[in-house]
Amino acid sequence: MIHHLLLGTSVLLAVLSFFSLYKAYDGPTAADRVVAINMIATKVTVLIVIFAMMTGQDGFIDVALAYSMMGFVATVCVAKYIEKGTLS
Amino acid sequence: MEAIRSVLAAGCFFGGAFFFIVGTVGLMRMPDAYCRMHATTKCDTLGTGLLLVGLMILQGFSIVSAKLFVILVFVWLTNPTAAHIIAKAAYSTGMIGGINDDSLSPEKEGEAWRY
Repeated sequence: MIHHLLLGTSVLLAVLSFFSLYKAYDGPTAADRVVAINMIATKVTVLIVIFAMMTGQDGFIDVALAYSMMGFVATVCVAKYIEKGTLS
Repeated sequence: MEAIRSVLAAGCFFGGAFFFIVGTVGLMRMPDAYCRMHATTKCDTLGTGLLLVGLMILQGFSIVSAKLFVILVFVWLTNPTAAHIIAKAAYSTGMIGGINDDSLSPEKEGEAWRY
């Protein structure tokens, strides 16, 4: 029962990630795209955690933490590039 | 005990899925980037929180749930920070929000809620 619930939640997160990806493609300004990509990063983090729980591989949770950090750094870098025009 | 834990986890899962759906609908439907940020960050934070708390309830007290708590604290710290940085970048590019372009002034009354 719980296994089916985890499976349904992960499928829902994948579908919602594709909707966010469409918004990242469609967004009129760069800020919209950054917001959409930040949301995709959060969703994929939760997806990796749910996958770790479903498969019983506890090492995947560290992968989720690393992915969350990478998403944050990517967001900060793109926002800084939008604001200043350079990354240096 | 196991049944109570399953029911609590299922409630947390449904709540988290609801907030993720609400955040995505806000991302698709809101008029400009500031409003989208408002929708996504709140719903994202709450959706992540509920889903991870549901998984922690399901897992019980172990090293795995401690790691889940670390991820939860990290997301709760970085998500508002990222939203703040994106809003600052959008403002510095000269983007004016839809309901923020002085539409609350008295001579423009009634246009504030045109979205």
